[in-house]
Amino acid sequence: MTAATTPLHATIEGIGFWAPGLPTWEAACRFVRDGELPADAPARPSPQLLAPNERRRAPETVAVALDVALAACRAAGREPAALPSVFASMHGDLAITDYMCATLAADPASVSPTRFHNSVHNAAAGYWTIGTGAMQPATALSAGDASFAQGLLDALAQLHSGSEAVLLVAYDSQACGPLAAVSPSVGVLGAALVLSLHPREGAATLELAQIAADATSAVADGPLARRLGGNAMAPMLPLFDALAQSATQASVHAGPGQHLQLRLVPAAAAIDAPTGAPA
Amino acid sequence: MAPLAIRAYTATTALGRGLQAQRAALAARRGGLRRNDLPVLAPGQAPLDCWIGRVDGLEDEALPSRLAQWECRNNRLAWMALQQDGMLDAIAGVVARHGAGRVAVVLGTSTASIAATEEAYARLEDGGFPADLRRSQVHTPHSLGGFVQDATGLRGPCVTVATACSSSAKVFAQASRLIDAGLCDAALVGGIDTLCGSVLFGFNSLQLVSGEPCRPFDAQRNGLSLGEAGGYAVVERAGDGESGLRLCGYGESSDAHHMSTPHPQGLGAQLAMRDALARAGIAPEDVGYLNLHGTATPANDAVEALAVSALFPETLHASSTKGWTGHTLGAAGIVESAVALLALEHGELPGILNSATPDPACGPQIRLDNAQRTIRYAMNNSFGFGGNNAALVFGRA
Repeated sequence: MTAATTPLHATIEGIGFWAPGLPTWEAACRFVRDGELPADAPARPSPQLLAPNERRRAPETVAVALDVALAACRAAGREPAALPSVFASMHGDLAITDYMCATLAADPASVSPTRFHNSVHNAAAGYWTIGTGAMQPATALSAGDASFAQGLLDALAQLHSGSEAVLLVAYDSQACGPLAAVSPSVGVLGAALVLSLHPREGAATLELAQIAADATSAVADGPLARRLGGNAMAPMLPLFDALAQSATQASVHAGPGQHLQLRLVPAAAAIDAPTGAPA
Repeated sequence: MAPLAIRAYTATTALGRGLQAQRAALAARRGGLRRNDLPVLAPGQAPLDCWIGRVDGLEDEALPSRLAQWECRNNRLAWMALQQDGMLDAIAGVVARHGAGRVAVVLGTSTASIAATEEAYARLEDGGFPADLRRSQVHTPHSLGGFVQDATGLRGPCVTVATACSSSAKVFAQASRLIDAGLCDAALVGGIDTLCGSVLFGFNSLQLVSGEPCRPFDAQRNGLSLGEAGGYAVVERAGDGESGLRLCGYGESSDAHHMSTPHPQGLGAQLAMRDALARAGIAPEDVGYLNLHGTATPANDAVEALAVSALFPETLHASSTKGWTGHTLGAAGIVESAVALLALEHGELPGILNSATPDPACGPQIRLDNAQRTIRYAMNNSFGFGGNNAALVFGRA
């Protein structure tokens, strides 16, 4: 009853991924298939969009979001400036929240102006549009542990409303300070999808089958979900495990008592699919 | 786009609770700003020397006991605003027509419940949060959306948009898309922001806070006054031949320029306004009232006036109402949409409060005095950090 009359769907033109030890989508796929971890994985994301000095100073969330967003655009062969974007994060930058609250409790007049403007939830979206020169709309949202699912719904709705292609970026950072006890999150995790309505050879597709009650929700037991489950954005991992395994369905938590049931047509199968998506 | 019916709308600000309080204060040119009297959490520190738009009585109104886990200043204001102007009846109406699972909650905020997190840090016990603040759901940006979903029982898509000061304008766009895509049939949109240390000392660190009540578009303007506010609207597909208020168009854009400074030619602002007009299918001269973002910082107002004069004829009546309410940040979009809707309903167009000498750099569209005129369309601009812009067009059918 809650499913849309015309199923919402998208071609996944490009994927970006970054997690500790798994700095690219290719590395994540190898890990899912063979359990193999790359040697010498970098300790933190290094977004090439920023100048070297900015790269070092960028908040963790900005660094990971820009890294995966650029990787997804490159994989899709899309010009970043041409894409509207949706940035989803459950907590935003927990280290900056910790800094702001600790400073306000001790010496409020010493708040750093840069840390303050980086504390807005749309900081990553802002740096992305500035760095790429994108004047397209960008949004930033949170929906607790359903942040990825709600971001995906907005991205699919944007495609339905006429956008040529949409960039969806999801990330969360490492909790620290007293906040870590109430807003736990381990490590830094980010993923990005470039979605469009155009069928594309060699690209997987996803379709929103329905928004369903949680009773039938699949267990998040894929390799990525098991390895990275401590991060606040982990609820997105069942989709990425499914994509890496070329599975045909995935279930993503969408809010209290709800999940998104997604039908997937893997890249290899999509080539032969008779009608992947309407022209 | 297919226009959306606005079934109900409301705003609660320093001017009072509900639309009647807003309308009366705007008409009487009676502002709500006062000297900053918000207690500072750090020991031995005085409040910043500035003016604020504080909502009276927030401290005295606890949430109902079934919602006590959500207790914090921001959710108290969210609850208070929900009780005004028939919002609960309008929500019950769309639920009766479509079912709770088909009504979305799309709310905007910049602070969410950060004041509760600030308080926990000021009252740490053995390095941890005090017991009464060990509630995860109030220490995260989705505190607002989660609370309102719980309080209303709505079960459609639920999301908190946080794009700084454009947040609760963008919710109209997002809700419109969700309805268009068939993900829901109606939506509760709106936004809440409350005063707290982060915004007062944060904006102060950027040297954007005035020591006086703010003076939008005045030649001597020297910064903003911060405020707190909340509001909502219930939107639904309009029926054929039905009359009433409409969301006719929305436009969104990015400046691609700087995190906290607007594009010098206002190109992003222009894009958002052009996009909103195009989606509404109207020409600039059809707009009768434009509620400007108008923060009263030297840069924002100059750039916005430039963008407005590039797009609109001299006949447009454009004003900023931040002299009445202060800059209510993530709630500015819904509060100033409510002002635009009031102008549309009653033909009472507010001017600008506190400003006496128009900046010669600002065009003839910027009006200091109130006016009375029947209009067909009203528009609202909201711009946020990160160069995030939204413009909305409202009309009547």
